Amino acid sequence: MASVGEPVLEVRDLVKHFPLNQGILFKKQIGAIKAVDGVSFDLHKGETLGIVGESGCGKSTLAKVLMALERPTSGSVKIGGRDIAKARGGELKTMRRNIQMVMQDPYTSLNPRMTVGDIIGEPYEIHTEVAPKGDRRKKVQELLDVVGLNPDHINRYPHQFSGGQRQRIGIARGLALQPEIIVCDEPVSALDVSIQAQVINLLERLQDEFGLAYIFIAHDLSVVRHISDRVGVMYLGKFVELGKDAEIYERPAHPYTQALLSAVPVPDPEGRERRERIILQGDPPSPANPPSGCRFRTRCWKAQEICAQEEPLLQIRPGTAHLSACHFAETHDVVHAG
Amino acid sequence: MSNPTPPVGPGLPETQTMVSDTVPAPAPVREGKHAKKGGKPASLWTDAWYDLRRRPMFIISVVIVAVLLVMSIWPSLFSSIDPFNARSCDLATARQGPSAGHLFGRDNLGCDLYARTVYGARNSIVIGVLTTLFTTVVGGLLGIVAGYRGGVVDTVASRLTEVFFAIPSILGALLIAATFRGKANSILLVILALSVLGWPMVYRIMRAAVITAKGQDFVIAAKALGAGSGRIMFRHLLPNSVAPVIVVATINLGTFIAAEAALSFLGVGVQSPDISWGLMIADARNRFLEAPLPLVIPAVFLSITVLAFIMMGDAVRDALDPKLR
Amino acid sequence: MKKTSADVLPAEGGLGDAPLLAVDNLHVEFHTRAGVVRAVNGVSYTVGPGETLAVLGESGSGKSVTAQAIMGILDMPPAVIPQGEIRFKGTDLLKLSEHDRTQVRGQRIAMIFQDALSALNPVFTVGWQISEMFRVHRGMSKSDAMKKAVELMDRVRIPAAKQRVHDYPHQFSGGMRQRIMIAMSIALDPEVLIADEPTTALDVTVQAQIMELLAELQRESQMGLILITHDLGVVADVADKIAVMYGGRIVENAPVYDIYRAPAHPYTKGLLDSIPRVDQKGHELYAIKGLPPNLLDLPTGCAFHPRCPFRQENCVTDAPPLYEISGTRGSACHYWREVLDGERR
Repeated sequence: MASVGEPVLEVRDLVKHFPLNQGILFKKQIGAIKAVDGVSFDLHKGETLGIVGESGCGKSTLAKVLMALERPTSGSVKIGGRDIAKARGGELKTMRRNIQMVMQDPYTSLNPRMTVGDIIGEPYEIHTEVAPKGDRRKKVQELLDVVGLNPDHINRYPHQFSGGQRQRIGIARGLALQPEIIVCDEPVSALDVSIQAQVINLLERLQDEFGLAYIFIAHDLSVVRHISDRVGVMYLGKFVELGKDAEIYERPAHPYTQALLSAVPVPDPEGRERRERIILQGDPPSPANPPSGCRFRTRCWKAQEICAQEEPLLQIRPGTAHLSACHFAETHDVVHAG
Repeated sequence: MSNPTPPVGPGLPETQTMVSDTVPAPAPVREGKHAKKGGKPASLWTDAWYDLRRRPMFIISVVIVAVLLVMSIWPSLFSSIDPFNARSCDLATARQGPSAGHLFGRDNLGCDLYARTVYGARNSIVIGVLTTLFTTVVGGLLGIVAGYRGGVVDTVASRLTEVFFAIPSILGALLIAATFRGKANSILLVILALSVLGWPMVYRIMRAAVITAKGQDFVIAAKALGAGSGRIMFRHLLPNSVAPVIVVATINLGTFIAAEAALSFLGVGVQSPDISWGLMIADARNRFLEAPLPLVIPAVFLSITVLAFIMMGDAVRDALDPKLR
Repeated sequence: MKKTSADVLPAEGGLGDAPLLAVDNLHVEFHTRAGVVRAVNGVSYTVGPGETLAVLGESGSGKSVTAQAIMGILDMPPAVIPQGEIRFKGTDLLKLSEHDRTQVRGQRIAMIFQDALSALNPVFTVGWQISEMFRVHRGMSKSDAMKKAVELMDRVRIPAAKQRVHDYPHQFSGGMRQRIMIAMSIALDPEVLIADEPTTALDVTVQAQIMELLAELQRESQMGLILITHDLGVVADVADKIAVMYGGRIVENAPVYDIYRAPAHPYTKGLLDSIPRVDQKGHELYAIKGLPPNLLDLPTGCAFHPRCPFRQENCVTDAPPLYEISGTRGSACHYWREVLDGERR
């Protein structure tokens, strides 16, 4: 599926630290929340990269930095060879045409005081060069049709639609400028189960139709597996494992990935007593003060001395075919075990 | 189980009044605009206007406000007697009750009460409306900018409002009006004094509403589209923060008219021979028990005016919220 | 001397043939300005000691409203219960006085919620809130109650309970707050625990911890557990039997293995086909078309008919009863045989 060629997005050593300040008048930095701490990956045309991780792992901050809504502390985000993290003013605005987003909450991501036509048409008002004024209404109606909504509903307000329909409106807004990349931040987690499938199918259809590349951020590992070509697993601001979906799900090498996968409930009671379950103890440490060496070592059953001293790099380990960041990486199929 | 009261009802209707997905809907919901498919695109303001025209509350209040405005612009349309003409008053008939030529009777100086009330509308309304307009625009604009920008702009503006808040308002207005008394038109002076002390209230409300609104996802979405500050402030933040400001502005309008009365009563507001409702109430106060009408009539007019503006503000606020339509 | 629940209800233990808790033909309506919202339309289910019943449904299916009716925490009005019974050990809770009801609520039947942060009071320490259960209901002294609170926090495996008992809710992580909620709910050894989406707001590794904790507590105390959820995976992991709700009715009930092997209602079947799975890479997902029903204006006949691939003419006019498939299984579909055979038109 993933076409090889020029990547549409190149992320290198991306770091985003939020300073922790003390004092009211004379602020003194006393530390930093290391939300994203050295993330690198490529995204190719028409490909979906899934990013999974638990709350606080930095996946939403990563999305904001990719969208240039936050400036990174260091590192680069290159779209078509140009670094969006360093772009300013008109250049940044032009670059935004190539990367758009779909947000999690369909109830707050649409301005309640704008009609659907205004919401989906806003990209054209901001980027006036994309569509001449007379064409905009027609374009908006085409977009409504593309995402499976009635084009006659252009004058309705967001509250007159259901959650799933609102999410379609948000997707139409993201498509308006015909971007190459769409960052989806938990696009279905706020929807009912029977509606999730509709939206996932829509996203897949649009990808085929327009050759979109997705960054698909979610905490639901089943959804990510379904839609992704490659998957990155994040823990405390870093990728602990990155590879093709089959590699990650059937041959996970990092203990954290294994624990995560084993915890996902499978909708099938057969053999549930025999299923292997790795229950992690405690909560993830604070990203303001991550453990030395390997960040997962405080919850890891394989941890040895070296894990505290030496940070494991994200690299291909012996016996595996994808990148993982564990000194003791070893593939182990947890989802089909038992 | 110390407080197990989760939301029960609200979750329900929200998800229920929906049209069906993918299939063209049989439209159980009312069309946002006047159901003219293919007509010109609806916007918040055109929809609000369409909605307002069908609200009885709004119509009644608009009629009252319109009558009052006409009254303050062309008072002679309403009264054949010119109260500024000294010959229209006759001390011998002071405090006379209503009679054929004098609908409300006469005041303490024997002047026609009806004519004075009609002519008094102008100053009261001009002061109320202009002061409200001025404080809302200044306080509102500053509030949007400070709320959206935050940082130094916000700190400076907020400290400044605190200084103004620290001044007791009537005392402050008294001070300003007394200091510049005679140097400017007394009505302008009243507007100035009330405006200088009135805008921080609007500022605070606007700023708080903007700060709440700017964290919402749709603002982030607009930024991701490349929207500039102006668009974010006026297309996204303003419509979503203006409701409480409208409510406060209409309440303020009443307060300003009342404050004008207080200042006039204290002798630093509108000066005789000019007429205002506040001045009339002040003049009638001493003889209220003998002759209640000279006080009651302007007071009733004042109340109706304030009520009409508040009703109008309420209707506008509701019309600007599509969810209530 | 305060009247205890023992005066109102049969003593713990002696149950005879009656199930621990039985909901029988329950109806709940909300009288709103927009009209009558029929949230629950004739729901019946039972749960026995040590048994886990999963109530599965989407938002607006009536699963939470049913639970709130059992707890007696519906706001009435606008809620009205026009008919139905909720029998706890044979006693109809709906016929009890408010005072007697209070003796059941929290003591014999307890509930935990999805959002533990808003269910805890932010201005009291967690120790105070847990020990309040003992002070109010058991008349314990402050220090004794606090000791019990520490014990409970240990029991739900909150590390360093002795120190943390003096912390405030916001100082705990989401998973720990849910443990505190669980500690409060089991404080008085309830016989039935209702868990309303207890892990929906939590991360998957924490979700696994909480579900394990609930299962363990249930094994120890033989509580009846009603697990309300929309997550088919969680249900498959822990439930003994399932009631699937749609449009305020139970459309299918069955032992857990039967329903996943071969669903007998088109809605259940659609749901099972529409979820992606972590252990398989499928192709296109089956999507149930359309939207959940409007409870203000339920479809005629079977509420699912506008979305149903098995629909026949009589589905539009005749509401299907809950057909008995076997002694333990029922389906509210006229064509449950076809659904069981798995043929979708």
